[in-house]
Amino acid sequence: MHVLDEKALKAKDKKAGLGSDVDLGSFGTEPVSHDYLTKLEELSPKDQKQMILAGVDTTEKGRSGSYVQKDSAVIHAHSKQEGLEVMPIKKALEQYDWVEDYYWKLVSVDTDKYTARAQLDLHDGYVIRALPGSKVIYPVQACLYLEKEGLSQNVHNLIIAEEGSELHIITGCVTAPHLKRGLHVGISEFYVKKNAKLSFTMIHNWAEEMIVRPRSVGRVEEGGLFLNNYICMKPVKSLQMYPTTHLVGKGAVARFYSLMVGSPGSEMDVGGRIFLKAPETRAEIVARAITNGGNIIARGDLVGEVPGIKAHLECRGLILNGGSIHAIPELKGNVDGVEMSHEAAVGKIAQDEILYLMSRGLSEDEATATIVRGFLSVDIPGLPPQLKAEIDRAVEQSDEDMM
Amino acid sequence: MLQVEDLQVKIGDKEILKHIDLEIQIGETHILFGPNGSGKTSLLMTLMGYPQYRVTGGKIFFKGEDITNMPVDERASLGIGMSYQRPPTINGVKTRQMVEICARGGMDAVALAEKVNFTEFLERDINAGFSGGEIKRSELLQLMAQNADLLLFDEPESGVDLENISLVGTTINELLQRDFKINSKKSRKELHEGRTKMGLIITHTGFILDYLTADKGQMLFDGRLTCSSNPREIFQCISEVGYEECIRCTF
Repeated sequence: MHVLDEKALKAKDKKAGLGSDVDLGSFGTEPVSHDYLTKLEELSPKDQKQMILAGVDTTEKGRSGSYVQKDSAVIHAHSKQEGLEVMPIKKALEQYDWVEDYYWKLVSVDTDKYTARAQLDLHDGYVIRALPGSKVIYPVQACLYLEKEGLSQNVHNLIIAEEGSELHIITGCVTAPHLKRGLHVGISEFYVKKNAKLSFTMIHNWAEEMIVRPRSVGRVEEGGLFLNNYICMKPVKSLQMYPTTHLVGKGAVARFYSLMVGSPGSEMDVGGRIFLKAPETRAEIVARAITNGGNIIARGDLVGEVPGIKAHLECRGLILNGGSIHAIPELKGNVDGVEMSHEAAVGKIAQDEILYLMSRGLSEDEATATIVRGFLSVDIPGLPPQLKAEIDRAVEQSDEDMM
Repeated sequence: MLQVEDLQVKIGDKEILKHIDLEIQIGETHILFGPNGSGKTSLLMTLMGYPQYRVTGGKIFFKGEDITNMPVDERASLGIGMSYQRPPTINGVKTRQMVEICARGGMDAVALAEKVNFTEFLERDINAGFSGGEIKRSELLQLMAQNADLLLFDEPESGVDLENISLVGTTINELLQRDFKINSKKSRKELHEGRTKMGLIITHTGFILDYLTADKGQMLFDGRLTCSSNPREIFQCISEVGYEECIRCTF
C-alpha cells in the first residue's frame, strides 16, 4: 500500500491526456455517513425513484446480488447466490489477501490525478466475483449514488469472472434530484478468465453540473467474452473516459457498445480501446451518439498485434438540434494478417425517412422520435433480456426529454 | 373521389408536371403509363404530398377536401396510401413496427404478413438489404395494414421474380376490391357497385395487367397527360409502336 501511496502522491497534480482539466480542490472528499440498510426497499421513495431510472431493481427480485453506495458510504452489499461474491472493496482489502492481486494491477495508480485521488482518498467501491464455473443467472446490480452537493465521490471497483463462470452486471450511477454539482472518480478493473463470460452494462444518469472521470481497464483470457455496454442519456457537464481492454488469450472476444445523448452544455469525450494480443481474438466497438446541443467526441481505437485477429469499429452520430459530434475512429495493425475495419458517419435525420413514416400516418414529431429510437436500438448479442429491457427503458426515457 | 385540376408542379426551377387534369371515381383503378422521366413518379409523390414537389398551380381534391397544401401525414389519415419503388431503409425500425404504425393498432401483423409470405422479415430492419421483390411485398403488407382508400403503386412489379408476380398482382387486386374469388358470395354486379377503393398504378412492363383489371389507362408524356382510354389498348399501342406515337398525339 505504501508504494501505491507514494506513486499516487507523485501523480496527484498530473493532468489527464484527454478531457478538460478539473480543479480537484474545489470538490470535498470528506466522508459522508449514511446508515446501512438490510433491504433496498428501506430507501426513501425519492432515492428509489432515482435508482430505478438507472436500472436498479429495489425489490431485488430479478437480481442475484446488490451493491449500493451513497456518497462515500456503503449502504447495502450482499449476494443472493452461491458462487457469487459481492462486497465493499475496503472490507475486502482488509479481509482477503487475494484482493491485492487485482487491485491497481490493470489501471496504473499514477495514470493521472484522478487515479491518484482514488488511491489517496478512496471512499469505497465494490468487488464482484463469480467463482470458477458458477453461472450467475440473474444480473448483479450496483449503484453509486451521489447526494452530497460538491462531493468528489472516489470509487474503486474490481470485477472478476473466474474460469468458466458467467456473470452479468448492471451498474447505475445516479445523482439525487436536488444535486447540481459533484465529481465522480471511478476506477474499474475487469478480469475475465479462461472461458468466462462477463457482461457489464453501465447506465449513467448525472446532473447538469456533474464532472465524471471513470478509468477502467479489462483483461480477457483464452476463450473469454467481455461485453461492455455504456448508456448515458442525461445531461452531464463533463464526462471523459476511455475504457481499455486487453485480449490476451486465444479466441478472447470483447464488444463495446455505447449509446450517448449530448444535451446543451454537456461535454462528452467517450471512447473504447481494445488491444488484440492473441491469435483468433475478436473485437467490436459500436457507438451511437446523438446531440441536441452538446459536444460529443466519440473515440474508438483497435490495435491488432498478432496475425489472424478480426476487429471492427462502427460509430454513427446524429446531430438533431445544434451541438457537435467529432468521431475519431482509429485502427492500428502492427503485423501482417490482421483484418480490421471501421465505419463512421455523422449527419442529420434523412428527410426521406421522415416522409416515409409520415406517409404511413405518423406526425413529423412521431416520425422523428421513431427514427431516433431506431438509431439507438442496437442489437447486443449475448445480453440477457432483463438488461436489454433496462437499456430500452433508458432510451425511451431519454426520448421524452429529447423531443 | 380524386380530382386533379390543372396541376402544375416544379422541382426546384424545373417544371415536371404540366396542367394535369385527372379524375378517379370511387371504385375506379387507373393505370399510369409513360416513358422514363415523363413524370409518373412525380405525380404520385405530389398526390402523396412530398414537399419537394412544389405545386405552382392547380388544385387536388380528395373526398371533397382541397388537399393541395395538406401535409403528408394528414393525407395518409384521410386515406391515401403509397407503395414505393425504392423506399428508404430505417435502421433499428423493424418491419413489424412499420406494420403496426400503418395499422394504428388495428390489425395483427403476423396474420397480414402470412398473406404476402413475409413473416420471416417482421423482425428485420425495414428495407435493410431487401431485394426488389421483398421491398414490394413489404410495401403491400404496409398498405394492407393501412387500409387506405386511394392506393398509389409505383411500379409494383419491378424487380419481382416470376414466382412472386402473381402474388403481388392478386394482392393488389384484393386491396382494390377486385378479387372475385374471395368475394364469390356476391354477384359481379354487386361487387362492382360496392367497390370503394381507388387505385393509380404505374407500370412499365404491363406485366401487372395480366393479374388485375383496371378501368382506365392514362398516358403521361413529358409532364402532360396525353391520352386516357382503355389500358390494354394503350399498352398494346406502346408494345407495337413505342412511345413515338405519343409525340404525334402530344405535339
